[in-house]
Amino acid sequence: MFPYENYLRLEKFPHIWCTGCGCGIILKSLLRSIERSKLAKDDIALVSGIGCSSRTPGYVDFNTLHTTHGRAIAFATGLKLAKPRLKVIVVSGDGDATAIGGNHFIHAARRNLDITLIVYNNHIYGMTGGQASPTTPIGKKGSTAPYGSIEPSFDISGLAIAAGASFVARATCYHVVQLDRYLEKGLMKKGFSLIEVLSPCPTYYSRPNRLGTSVDMLRWYKDNSIMAEKAKKMSHEEKKNKIIIGVLEDRERPEFCEEYRKLCDKIKDHRR
Amino acid sequence: MNYTALILLLKSAKMKSMNKRPANARLITGNEACAEAAIVAGMRFFGGYPITPSSEIAEVLARRLPQVDGVFIQMEDELASMAAIIGASLAGVKSMTATSGPGFSLMQENIGYAAMAEVPCVIVNVQRGGPSTGLPTLPAQADVMQARWGTHGDHPIITVAPSTVGETYAWTIKAFNLSEQYRVPVIILLDEIIAHINEKMIIPDPKNVIVLDRQRSTGSPDTYLPYQQTDSDIPLFADFGTGYRYNVTGLSHDETGFPTNDPKKIKSLYCRLNRKIDRYCKQIIEYKTEYLDDAEICIVAFGSSARSAFRAVRIARQQGIKVGMFQLFVLWPFPYDILTELAARIKKFIVPEMNLGQIAHEVSCATKSDVIKVNRVDGGLITPAEIFERIKNVSV
Repeated sequence: MFPYENYLRLEKFPHIWCTGCGCGIILKSLLRSIERSKLAKDDIALVSGIGCSSRTPGYVDFNTLHTTHGRAIAFATGLKLAKPRLKVIVVSGDGDATAIGGNHFIHAARRNLDITLIVYNNHIYGMTGGQASPTTPIGKKGSTAPYGSIEPSFDISGLAIAAGASFVARATCYHVVQLDRYLEKGLMKKGFSLIEVLSPCPTYYSRPNRLGTSVDMLRWYKDNSIMAEKAKKMSHEEKKNKIIIGVLEDRERPEFCEEYRKLCDKIKDHRR
Repeated sequence: MNYTALILLLKSAKMKSMNKRPANARLITGNEACAEAAIVAGMRFFGGYPITPSSEIAEVLARRLPQVDGVFIQMEDELASMAAIIGASLAGVKSMTATSGPGFSLMQENIGYAAMAEVPCVIVNVQRGGPSTGLPTLPAQADVMQARWGTHGDHPIITVAPSTVGETYAWTIKAFNLSEQYRVPVIILLDEIIAHINEKMIIPDPKNVIVLDRQRSTGSPDTYLPYQQTDSDIPLFADFGTGYRYNVTGLSHDETGFPTNDPKKIKSLYCRLNRKIDRYCKQIIEYKTEYLDDAEICIVAFGSSARSAFRAVRIARQQGIKVGMFQLFVLWPFPYDILTELAARIKKFIVPEMNLGQIAHEVSCATKSDVIKVNRVDGGLITPAEIFERIKNVSV
């Protein structure tokens, strides 16, 4: 049994998440990845905004920062630049990262700042009671989309790739073995890494949309996910309504903290 | 806390400068003075977004901070700027941002976060005419109430308002000291006049400048309580990444830093947060008076309006009118008690300000009198003549 208790603030349990929520699956995967990455607890800062996923920092024994809605990445930017030796991890939801915090998300990716962003994508605002989010699929209901959403949804991973992230991967709460691997890779990758995780919200997404229990959702992920390598050979039509999982981007790009340090050194050499 | 030394230093330097030009004399703007003073105060992280008339602060710091191993980052907006400086401060680095009205509005949510989580940081608001986009290139003093109550909820805040380039230098350093000492966000209210005016000032030797740092925990991380109720009401700080693995949140929290819904603990937090400033307000509040001893009329002014007010008072004195001057350096906490005392012997208060009466309202509350308001909101500065006219027409 993995020693989760080494990383948890057990006195803060029971947690606030609903039965069948994906937050716990992602949290456990993150802790396993941290253990394998051999990161010291003192050197990790876990930063979040507002939402269900954003309650994660309260339960883990790191330097933890629970900020304002949408701004976690901006807080993390200051923290990382002020103390580059910290491993800064941001946990966020689809609403937090791509609606109210969308600007900070794309700019951190553009700068290629060395932080790891984990977006728990459950297609809904869970914390506030099931309102539609930027990733609610067309036709799916939310409390603010009672007739079904008519807005196209964001491709969170695609957004990060386009903006310049070094590492981008997508997994689901069913594909935990892959998730462990992607999280570890993301943590080890220099530069901005995004791991998008499709996560069930049985209370506010599955129920109003009659998608069954959390287990049904996991089964749906299993049956409808395609590995990225395989997806490359498939037609657009074949990929429709499928979840493409896997490492979607892994590239070397100049990292912001390092570039800044180089700039400082260059100025000093010049002044000398 | 002895801030007087710093002010004296600047004053004596100014006097000396009349006779000869010392090597450290410079002709600089308020924005430049603010940026340079911040570095002297130990600021090593600036996150900002360009906005007139504050942009020169960012421009100077973009050049200067890399030279001193500090971080300059132009963020994607003002919400991010405010968030980034809080993040940097939690790592133990003194941080600041600079903006103007519209940006100041965008920063409000996270200013509240800094007040709630007790994260030291300094926010410069170079005031322009408002509301909305208003008058980007012209001065105003209309963000006085926003500085106090811009973010939601009962919260502590300190706001300072210098009126000259030299004062901007001194008060920028003091703003950092106050922020570190009381673990509150401190707002420096400049205005377009002070920001862009070129004045001669003597740059003090950094060795002679008082620089304060937040009190840090030296105890065991195992027993560390990040929001511990102490005798001083100011909890001890621990930098992120130094072995104290604690939680920071904008939610109502208890001494451990974790969210709570316990009414007793919630009340205790909010009372302490606000008491922290209330109980030290005598040490925080600073002002300058002139000709007040025998005065029957008193001008209360701050920022660039105080410059005109001083001139008007001197002209009036030459004509034998018993008028004195009260310049506010600290706007929040407001010196209610001092003005109440003063009201016992002053017959009339005049408040010139580039808004429709924000400080006048507070003066009126403190003095329990109808104050004479001298206001301008057309982008022009209040002239000494305008104030003098009002002094002349007061019948006491």
